[in-house]
Amino acid sequence: MNIQAADTNITTDREPKMQARRVNVFYGDTHALKDVNLDIYADEVTALIGPSGCGKSTFLRCLNRMNDTVASCRVKGVMTLDNEDIYSKQVDVVQLRARVGMVFQKPNPFPKSIYDNVAYGPRIHGLARKGDELDEIVFTSLQKAGLWDEVKDRLDTSGTALSGGQQQRLCIARAIAVNPEVILMDEPCSALDPIATAKIEELIDELKGHYAIVIVTHSMQQAARVSQKTAFFHLGNLVEYGDTVEIFTNPQEPKTKDYITGRYG
Amino acid sequence: MTDHTVASFDEELNEMRSKVVQMANIVNTQLQNSLTALQDRNSELAEKVRLTDQLLDDLDSDVERSAVEFIARRAPVAVDLREIIAIIRISNTLERIGDYAKNFAKRLDVLLETDSIRSSERLLSHMVDITSKMVTDVIDAYIRRDIDLALEIWHRDQEIDAIYNTMFRELLTYMMEHPHYITTATHMLFIAKNIERAGDHATNIAEMAYYIATGKALDMERPKKDKSHLAAAPDVEE
Repeated sequence: MNIQAADTNITTDREPKMQARRVNVFYGDTHALKDVNLDIYADEVTALIGPSGCGKSTFLRCLNRMNDTVASCRVKGVMTLDNEDIYSKQVDVVQLRARVGMVFQKPNPFPKSIYDNVAYGPRIHGLARKGDELDEIVFTSLQKAGLWDEVKDRLDTSGTALSGGQQQRLCIARAIAVNPEVILMDEPCSALDPIATAKIEELIDELKGHYAIVIVTHSMQQAARVSQKTAFFHLGNLVEYGDTVEIFTNPQEPKTKDYITGRYG
Repeated sequence: MTDHTVASFDEELNEMRSKVVQMANIVNTQLQNSLTALQDRNSELAEKVRLTDQLLDDLDSDVERSAVEFIARRAPVAVDLREIIAIIRISNTLERIGDYAKNFAKRLDVLLETDSIRSSERLLSHMVDITSKMVTDVIDAYIRRDIDLALEIWHRDQEIDAIYNTMFRELLTYMMEHPHYITTATHMLFIAKNIERAGDHATNIAEMAYYIATGKALDMERPKKDKSHLAAAPDVEE
């Protein structure tokens, strides 16, 4: 049932960047995600919405195998990146997480300098041979994250000394620095004030097209503002997936309508 | 439909809905009073219609202001968004129909001083009745989210167009044969045209009611029976 509701709204014949097919996730005996099918496209922002405990963050964490770190967690079904199974034994999880980066709810810069925060990933992945190259990566990453002008004169101060919004953009710069193809964001603005939130949303808009972006958000208005596709989860099911404009003007599933209009019990 | 978790969300929506219902009731009274003023040669009643129009203008402004505040504070989506946009338009549309009733009443100053054309008055009375009923029903369709009723009203507009055509030809003939009636006939024609437009507006509301309920536009070609733009005076015998 849910599979159909989700599939009928997929209107494009483009090749998806990531695909989930019949994905089921269990935490011990808890069935957290049920037969989820979802496509993520490279040039779009996909928003995952739904009430607490609906499975949206669980789904997000499956996309770069963050759930591997949870001992009781089992993932079934197929999840691909460029048509390759990301759960296959050949996959190096560290490499996968470089290709599928993540930004968390609470900004979590390393207790290092701004420069080292961004340079850390490229260093361990061997992306830069000389200091000049590393400087270049740090510069472009900070610039893409819209932070360069604010920090260019104090690159060696600690990342933790920045404001919350700046810290979050630093984390985005850190994610960008290793040339990811997909960026996952788990409620990236929930700890930020409206101005800092607007800057992150503007940034998401600028990053769109360069990276596939998947964002989990509790703010329906944020989903409406930043995404092109929206997926609504409820009790572990993907209830509805479609164009964001359609979801917010004319949702097809009663559960989606009740949730987004504030009628959810 | 289930209520919103935040009760004031529904209270504010209901308040706007009840203002729209109130406007529809006033519009109908206005139309009927103009007609009665014509039939009973009652210029006082005509004056009352002209003054009452202000009430509709005020209610329309009220609804529009509330709707803007509602959008700003509640950020409605889906069916709520569709309804709030439609409420603004329905309120504007009712206000416009009210203007037609007022214009009807204004023409009575002159019309009540001239000889009446009874048969046209009967046709006009019929048009007003159908239009009033449309306004009542279409608001009902909106409030009850009754798609079938909205569709039925949408088609009903053809009846008004048909009567208008008949009236148009009849008045044209009167003017040809009795220049004495030109003043009466011209005013009657304008009034009839206004009522015909009021019917079109009621049809617009039917489209909005349909849109609120379904999220889809009624995009069938609108049924049209108004052929008066093709009508010409019969050839005069030489």
